[in-house]
Amino acid sequence: MVHMEYYLIVSTIMMFVGIYGFLTRRNLLAMLISVELILNSVDINFVVFNRFLFPEQLEGFFFSLFAIGISAAETAVAIAIIINIYRNMRNIQVKNLNRMKW
Amino acid sequence: MDYSAIFSYMYTEIALAGVIVAVLLYDLIAGERGRRYFQTFVCLLMLFFVAGTVYPYHGGTADVFGGMYQYTPVAGIVKSILAIGTLIVFLQSDAWLSREDTRFKRGEFYVLTLSTLLGMDFMVSAGHFMMFFIGMELASVPMACLVAFDKYKGNSAEAGAKFILSALFASGLMLYGISFFYGTAGTLYFEDMAAKIDGSPLQILSLVFFFTGLGFKLSLVPFHLWTADTYQGAPTSVTSYLSVVSKAAAAFILTVIFVKVFPSVSDYWQLMLYIVIVLSITVANVFAIRQKNLKRFMAFSSISQAGYIMLGVICGTPYGMTSLIFYLLVYMAANLAAFGVISTVEQHSGGKTGIEDYNGLYRTNPKLAVIMTLALFSLAGIPPFAGFFSKFFIFAAAFEQGFHVLVFIALINTVISLYYYLLIVKAMFITPNENPVPAFRSDRGTRLSLLLCLAGIIALGIVSSVFDGIGLYSFGM
Repeated sequence: MVHMEYYLIVSTIMMFVGIYGFLTRRNLLAMLISVELILNSVDINFVVFNRFLFPEQLEGFFFSLFAIGISAAETAVAIAIIINIYRNMRNIQVKNLNRMKW
Repeated sequence: MDYSAIFSYMYTEIALAGVIVAVLLYDLIAGERGRRYFQTFVCLLMLFFVAGTVYPYHGGTADVFGGMYQYTPVAGIVKSILAIGTLIVFLQSDAWLSREDTRFKRGEFYVLTLSTLLGMDFMVSAGHFMMFFIGMELASVPMACLVAFDKYKGNSAEAGAKFILSALFASGLMLYGISFFYGTAGTLYFEDMAAKIDGSPLQILSLVFFFTGLGFKLSLVPFHLWTADTYQGAPTSVTSYLSVVSKAAAAFILTVIFVKVFPSVSDYWQLMLYIVIVLSITVANVFAIRQKNLKRFMAFSSISQAGYIMLGVICGTPYGMTSLIFYLLVYMAANLAAFGVISTVEQHSGGKTGIEDYNGLYRTNPKLAVIMTLALFSLAGIPPFAGFFSKFFIFAAAFEQGFHVLVFIALINTVISLYYYLLIVKAMFITPNENPVPAFRSDRGTRLSLLLCLAGIIALGIVSSVFDGIGLYSFGM
């Protein structure tokens, strides 16, 4: 059986790849994908902790189910807003979102 | 299963869900002519809702759904404060909503705003991290739609994108923290978890992650970068809702979680809050001085106010909780008055929100200028107004717990904030202007809301029974 640590290594790498991508990508969709990586790493964490440490209850499984559902809703809204930005500015590069700063 | 407990303790949420359904149906069947009375309809419904739920029906606390949802009288008080704030925002929003490009989607505005309110109500009385998370997301997803509500304005879309991406990122970090709480404690119920928190390094790390997520909601300083852009780009009514109602709910639940779940690691979170409070108050003050746009200015003002609000959280005592709720109430009255003036001036002058546009406002619109002045005085904490008393109580609560240096820093910053609030007053009363905003008469809803806020600014501090009344309920938190 695969040990818990290996799952946690994968989820931690996903988490920090997501943070790195969120901070360095210059395209709104790429930033959104990076955030999805973070949310998925959280889901892995919940499921792994539940499966290996507390198998008698299902709290972690349920939390990850709800987290998946809610992150889908958030992504839908984010994509709608990104489409709206595309209609207004004709591209989705972060460098064009500079009408308001400081 | 006994369903009667659900109805007798979750009455606020059930009534609010009923209001949402009624608004949706009205939007469907009213037709073009009926929609002209949309604001009246929604405000009357909200009035009934507030009147029915303002008084906590039960003296004690109770658990519903096995502790997922916790009824406490003090949460009931916070919910009615949130509902009153929403009602005032609705009263102010009609001039904007009856504009040509938003007229057909009035119903959407009301339904989305009420959905965020429902989310906040669930968040405020959560007893489990999943309930808390769902409530928070139910509050922040429709909020992103509201921020991007002006579809044909680039600024609104830009503000929406900044808001939703930062919100997603923050909630991802917060969930990562919660997942490690689950891994170390084995449960997510607030009450069971408190016993399992032993201050191991992993738990401290997840506490930091968790606090980051809520710090984003509250726009405290290291996490505040979205605030000014979102506040400026969003429609003014949405900005006022965002700055008051959503902040109040997050501040309250943060206190509840810190006091209920993490009393054993209070040294760590008090240190964290200490740093964040000093940064929030100071940095926001420095940035507010150099703003040219009034909405951006109010954004930085609300960041520094959030710092003061956190003074009530850091105490972790019932007295701190009472002064926190009182502060939220007073802040709501003052901030909604200021945003009401900004909104009505914006609507009647073709979208002017710069600070120079307010030069000489007193000559043309003396009443609005006086209300704005009183609101700013209350935000700054000048004695006869409610803002002074709320600041006094919250400083006293923090001083009592031994945060002497922190209160001193906050006091110095109050003086600095007086300087920049007076800049606006100077612009309205003293600075001459060739062509100021012309005289106009604002609509009935706005006038009513401004009167309500004015009454709050003047009366809340003097009528001491308000503070005592809140204090009666915040014993057990």
